[in-house]
Amino acid sequence: MWARLREFTPARIGLGRVGGSLPTRGLLDFELAHARARDAVRARFDAAALAYELRVTGFGEVLVVSSQARDRMEYLLRPDLGRALDAESREKLKESRGDGCELAVVIADGLSAVAPKRHAVPLLREFLTALGSNRDKVTVVVANRGRVALGDEIGELLGAEAVVVLIGERPGLSSPDSLGVYLTWAPRVGRTDAERNCISNVRPEGLRYAAAALRLAYLLGEARRLKLSGVGLKDDSEGEGKASERRLAKDD
Amino acid sequence: MAYSVTIGGCTRSFGDLKILLAKATPARSGDALAGIAAENEEERALAKMALAEVPLVRFLEELLIPYEQDEVTRLIVDTHDAQAFAAIRGLTVGEFREWLLDPATDIETMTRIAPGITPEMAAAVSKLMRNQDLILAAQKCRVVTRFRNTLGLPGRLSVRLQPNHPTDDVRGIAASMLEGLLYGCGDAVIGVNPASDSLQAVTRLLEMMNAFRERYDVPTQTCVLAHVTNTLRAMERGAPVDLVFQSIGGTEKTNRSFGVSRKLLEEARAAALELKRGTVGDNVMYFETGQGSALSAGAHEGVDQQTCEARAYAVARHLKPLLVNSVVGFIGPEYLLDGKQIIRAGLEDHFCGKLLGLPMGCDVCYTNHAEADQDDMDTLLTLLAVAGVNFVMGVPGADDVMLNYQSTSFHDALYARSALGLRRAPEFEAWLERVGIADSRGDLLGTGAERKLLPGASEWLG
Repeated sequence: MWARLREFTPARIGLGRVGGSLPTRGLLDFELAHARARDAVRARFDAAALAYELRVTGFGEVLVVSSQARDRMEYLLRPDLGRALDAESREKLKESRGDGCELAVVIADGLSAVAPKRHAVPLLREFLTALGSNRDKVTVVVANRGRVALGDEIGELLGAEAVVVLIGERPGLSSPDSLGVYLTWAPRVGRTDAERNCISNVRPEGLRYAAAALRLAYLLGEARRLKLSGVGLKDDSEGEGKASERRLAKDD
Repeated sequence: MAYSVTIGGCTRSFGDLKILLAKATPARSGDALAGIAAENEEERALAKMALAEVPLVRFLEELLIPYEQDEVTRLIVDTHDAQAFAAIRGLTVGEFREWLLDPATDIETMTRIAPGITPEMAAAVSKLMRNQDLILAAQKCRVVTRFRNTLGLPGRLSVRLQPNHPTDDVRGIAASMLEGLLYGCGDAVIGVNPASDSLQAVTRLLEMMNAFRERYDVPTQTCVLAHVTNTLRAMERGAPVDLVFQSIGGTEKTNRSFGVSRKLLEEARAAALELKRGTVGDNVMYFETGQGSALSAGAHEGVDQQTCEARAYAVARHLKPLLVNSVVGFIGPEYLLDGKQIIRAGLEDHFCGKLLGLPMGCDVCYTNHAEADQDDMDTLLTLLAVAGVNFVMGVPGADDVMLNYQSTSFHDALYARSALGLRRAPEFEAWLERVGIADSRGDLLGTGAERKLLPGASEWLG
C-alpha cells in the first residue's frame, strides 16, 4: 500500500517503525541525505572553471567577481557582506562597462555551490534559445559568495537594463542542488525583494530547464514592456515565489 | 536612563534599557549581526548583573519602542493589567526569577499574574535563567485552548500534522495526512503550508482537508497556512476555514513587512468566529513566530531578537489563539548559529510564551546551512516535552519536502510519548481507539488500521 502512496509524494512516508522508532535503514538513508545537503552548503564554488565552461560554450567574455564575504562562514553569518562587491570586483566591472548591456546574468553560489555548477549552463542555453535574437547583448558574471542583492550592484555597474541572478537555494534534504532565479528590472543598489520576480526549485527533478527558461523569457519580456519587475509584474501561472520566504523571513 | 553595575570598584554602565537587554542576552548570531550584542563574555555577565537589579515597574516606564511610533507597544501598554501585576510589582528582575522558581508559586498564581506581565519583563527574566530554570518555570504554566478538541491539559502532548507537498498535489497531501493519522498525529491541527499562495490553490486545499476530516469524523481542526488576506477571501467565498493562520512579529514594522496589522488580524478573527465551526471552544487563531524575523525585515528598531520575539506574543495574546508556535530553527544560522543557540532559543520562546499565557508549541527544527543535526533536535524535543510544551510538528520522516528544512517526525512524537508518558488530546485519543488505530492507553495497534482507513480515502488516493 505504501509503495503506491509514495508515488504521490516525495515525502518520507511508509518508513515503517520499530515500536515507535525509525528502522535502521530509514535512519541511515536520512543521514546520507543530510550529509549531502551539508556538503552542498560547504562545497567550494569553482568560479573560474564555470567561467571557462561558459566561455567555451559561447557566452563571450565572462567576468569573475567576489562579494565582501571572505569565506563560507562569514558568508553564512553576514548576509550584508554577501550583498556588496569587494573593491577589486567593483573596479573590474567599471572597466568593462563599455556601452552598457541589455541584460546582465549573474551566477552565484548562494547556499548551494552544487546548484549553479550543475544547472546554470544548461538553463542559460535554454534561456538564450527561448530569448531568440538578442543573445549578443547579454553579459555573464560569475560571483563568489553572492546573495541575490549582489546582482543589483553588478547590474548597476554594467549599466544593464535588467539583471537575472541564478543562485543556489537553501538545500533541502531531498534537493541539495536546487537553483533559484531572480529577475530585477533596472538594477541598482537598494532594490527590495518586492521589486524582484522569483522562479524557484530549478533542477531536473523540480522545475525543468525548458519550463524555467520559458517562464524567465516571458517575465523578461513583460518587464521590458512594463519597465518594472516584482509585485507589479505578477506571473499568471500558479506557484510563483517561495513559500519559505513567506513563512518568516527571506533567506537569500 | 542609564543602568550600571559596580564590581570591585569598577563601574560598568549601559546607556538604556534596550541596550542593557541586548547585552544581557545569551550569545546568538542574530544580535551580533545587528551589532547590538555584548562585546565579550565579561560584558554579557556584567549586563546580566545590572539587569537583575532593574525593578519590574521600570519596564512600564521606559518603553523600548516609543508608544506613538509602534502599535505593538501601544497594545502592550494599553492592555496591561495593573491588578494582576500587583503581586509582583515590588520585585526586581533578579527577584522575579527567584519568585518564579519558588515552590510557593504554583499554577494558579502563574495563571493569575499572566495578564500583568509584559513581554519585556518576560524576556528580561528569561535572560537571567538557565535552561533548567526555563523548564521548571514553564512547567508551572498551564494554558488550555479549545476548538474541536482540548489542547494543553497536563500530561498531554499534541502534534500538528504537517503534510506539505512541493506542488500542493492533493493526493500527495492526502497520503501524508493518512499516514500521520495512523501514527496518531494531528490532534493540534492538520495544517499544510501551501506552495502556492493563490486563492484558488488555497481554497482547493481547504476543501480537500475539510472533506477528509469529515469523512473520518476526526475531532481536530484543519488549516491552510496561507496569508491572512487570502484566508479572509476564502471565507468570503464560503470555504471551510477552521483556523486563521498568520506569521507575526514583535514590532509594527515587522508586521507591516508581513502585510498585517492589528486591525486586519482582529477582522480575520471576527470573520472566523462568525463561522462558529468550533464544537468545544472558540479559539480560532494560529500564529507562527521566530527569533530573527524582525531583523530579517530590517524592523527590529535596535531591540534584541529574543525581546522582539516576546513582543510578538503580545500580538498573539490579544487574539486568544488556539495555537502559537515558535519556528525556532527555521530562519537560519545568521540568527541562530547552531544546535546550542537553537536549543536555548526554543526553551526561551516556550517559557516566555507560556508566562504570558499563550498555548505555546514549537517547531523543533533546523536548516541544512545551520550547524545542527538530528541529535540537537532530539535534545530540544526532550527538553520541551519535559517543560510541558503544548504541541510539536509531525512531518513525515522529519523532512519537509516543500519548505526544505528538518522538523520533528511522526516517530519523534511516539518517542516523546513513550519516554515521558505523554498522551494526546482526550477527544482525539478516544477517536483513535474508536477507529482501531490505538488502544485505550494510546499505544498504536500496528498493522491493519490502514486497511480500515484507506477505503474511505479512495476519493483522493484512488
